[in-house]
Amino acid sequence: MSTRDLPIPDNGLKRDVLLVGGIVLATVFLYFFFGLLAGVRFNAVVSEVESVIFFTAVFALLALALNLHWGYTGLFNIGVAGFMAIGMYTMAIITASPDGSPAGLGLPIWLGVIGGVAAASIAGAIIALPALRVRADYFAIITLGFAEIVRLSIQSDTLAEIEIGDRVYGTGGGSGISYAAPSNVVEWLFGLVGGVETRDNIAAALAVSETMVDRLVYALIVFLFVAIIYVVLRRIARSPFGRLLKAIREDEVVARSLGKNTKLAKIKVFTLGCGLMGLGGILWYGGRASSINPDSFMPIITFYIFVALIIGGAGSNLGSLIGGFVFAAFLWQGPRYFGVLMPDLDAPSTFYDAFLELGSLDVLPLVVYIADSMNELRWILVGLALIVLMIYRPDGLFGHRKETAAAIDLSSRSDRGDET
Amino acid sequence: MSITNVRRDFDDLTIQDLLALILILGGFVLLIDLFRRLLIGSLTVSTLMTYLWTGIVDSLYIALGAVGLSMTYSILRFANFSHGDLITTGAFGGWTVAYLIAGVGAADFGSRLLLDADGGASATELGIDVLASPIAILIGMAAAALVTIGVALLIDRLVYKNLRGAGGIPLLIASVGVALALRYIIALVYTQDARGIIAFPPQRELTLPPQWVPGDIGPIASFTVSLHTLTLVSVALLLIIGVHVMLQRTKLGKAMRAMSDNRNLAQITGIPTERIITMTWVIGAGLAGVAGYLIVLDQSQISINFGWFLLLLIFAAVILGGIGSIYGALLGSLIIGLTINISLVWIPSDLNEVTAFTLMILILVTKPDGLLGGVETA
Repeated sequence: MSTRDLPIPDNGLKRDVLLVGGIVLATVFLYFFFGLLAGVRFNAVVSEVESVIFFTAVFALLALALNLHWGYTGLFNIGVAGFMAIGMYTMAIITASPDGSPAGLGLPIWLGVIGGVAAASIAGAIIALPALRVRADYFAIITLGFAEIVRLSIQSDTLAEIEIGDRVYGTGGGSGISYAAPSNVVEWLFGLVGGVETRDNIAAALAVSETMVDRLVYALIVFLFVAIIYVVLRRIARSPFGRLLKAIREDEVVARSLGKNTKLAKIKVFTLGCGLMGLGGILWYGGRASSINPDSFMPIITFYIFVALIIGGAGSNLGSLIGGFVFAAFLWQGPRYFGVLMPDLDAPSTFYDAFLELGSLDVLPLVVYIADSMNELRWILVGLALIVLMIYRPDGLFGHRKETAAAIDLSSRSDRGDET
Repeated sequence: MSITNVRRDFDDLTIQDLLALILILGGFVLLIDLFRRLLIGSLTVSTLMTYLWTGIVDSLYIALGAVGLSMTYSILRFANFSHGDLITTGAFGGWTVAYLIAGVGAADFGSRLLLDADGGASATELGIDVLASPIAILIGMAAAALVTIGVALLIDRLVYKNLRGAGGIPLLIASVGVALALRYIIALVYTQDARGIIAFPPQRELTLPPQWVPGDIGPIASFTVSLHTLTLVSVALLLIIGVHVMLQRTKLGKAMRAMSDNRNLAQITGIPTERIITMTWVIGAGLAGVAGYLIVLDQSQISINFGWFLLLLIFAAVILGGIGSIYGALLGSLIIGLTINISLVWIPSDLNEVTAFTLMILILVTKPDGLLGGVETA
């Protein structure tokens, strides 16, 4: 690939928007096309598309945060789930009703969100201080260990119920904690523009159910967060600080020998990224339920986000957006939707039964059995995606998008030099 | 990721030393507290003995995984996150063979093949314990090793071979992909349900000194052990001694040690590096498979993610001892195994793994090369 194929960093924004928009529109069209073709109800198709939009926003946000760590600075953080858990649980404890079990502080949602992000950032700063001394693969294992420490701690009975005064606070252990969901914001928003009637009118106009309108609006709110964070990160990436981060990624010793305080930069960026991961956790789980338990923060969650980031190509913010979308549409929601589209056939109860039918040259039972195991199939797909990407496309599905560390594109300047 | 990357910041040495000092002091205080508790009787000797014994058993099965992980880490130079699922693969593969042999006529072929996924092959009816069907269990153990070796070699050929020299992080990510795909392919066939597949283990009363010792000393202490646990302990010890002999006495062991020290130098001196890599997988995966098989024998439960959950403890052990050192991995396993059990004296049982991971992080921060780091014996 010649250097001229590289995206030009300066005026790429317009083309980037067109690229992302095109891919998204094509996929939404495909979802509707196959959904209506298979005779799925309109509201159900909209529901699937809404899920794709919501999860695109969530994974894009988390991938942006991870990109800040890994793509820009080269910090291999595989403890994303832990920082999400800290953000989410702090939010839950701040907003949960004081009469609930376990009790919370009963404060407003916006305070909960800010508190959650702050707690995740502080946790990031604390873990960064010692962890940044060690080399990359050790750092990875420390962050993974930290995430497991967080998960096991909130799951333990010790922290589940803590009596303070006459109330029982705590994490609720394995059964989790209920809280005021951030998605309640939607109701409040509609309250500003005429109340429930406005929502019902929109629902009637779009021919979907009322709850679907709520969910769509919430998904758009998450998108607003993504947009703001994207713009902020874009600015950071092009600032002198951003160039320092890329220099650390390429060669930390060189950056340090040029008199840069690489340690401070790494701690700053790790803290910021962890805060964003906390926000991602809050917006994800807060949008789908009003209670949370430790099982939502299995170590595997981290690798979802890695897949999203790698698909788009680590090192580029736009790549994170694209990756979040591709992951949500094709690996997260896609297999599930495929299961909805499949006609209801009687699946064999075990793999062996399905296999036996092969003896009578009937492949269909095996196919139906596998299609019926969408849950397992999705994981296998995620795993295969990681392997195939690493072997054939380590720079991401959409090619090399890593931004150069230099402020001006040195490669294009040398090209011009050759021509004259 | 070469060994030269291990840089130490001399300006930070004082902070690290301070942390190490606190760590050692903390351990010392805990030891004193342990004696205090024994003296005042809030902790009985027999409870402590139970903790020690389960600690040793735990450390042995961590060790079987850790030796293999340490080998692949030092020779292929990446943290293999699919090692836990190789353990799971061995357990499922081995027990399927054991069920097929042990349960002939007692249960439906399909139920036995899928390890009781449909509830049609109960372990008690089939007699899955070491006394009722020793031969089936022995053959199953060999099958566990063979199946896992086969799977590992296939994965190496399909995945890792394409990534030789790609650097530690891409290989690590690919190994996570392998772990996921492998685990859920197993789930596709065997279902995700956790289930007990081993009959109640026969128990034996052990006395100290053993009864066959002549003289009239009389029993000093006695405790009951399950024969399944004893099987695990003896097989694990045999395998670990076997690996030690192999590394120290054979040409293969020498070549492996040379390769883990300096791969290019090894290649120049005519060591067939690809063949050594194959042998690394054979030994590492074989141990992992047997480990999985024996863990299920001891705990009687099987599920698709027990290997994955064990993996972080195995990593903790490998790191504790210093990556690349197999003897370090053994020492690390012992420390982790004892930590997660003896810590029960002070903390509730659902936090004992937290202690192990915290210890791992603290050791990594204070002594990044591990306890036996720098001693690259193999």
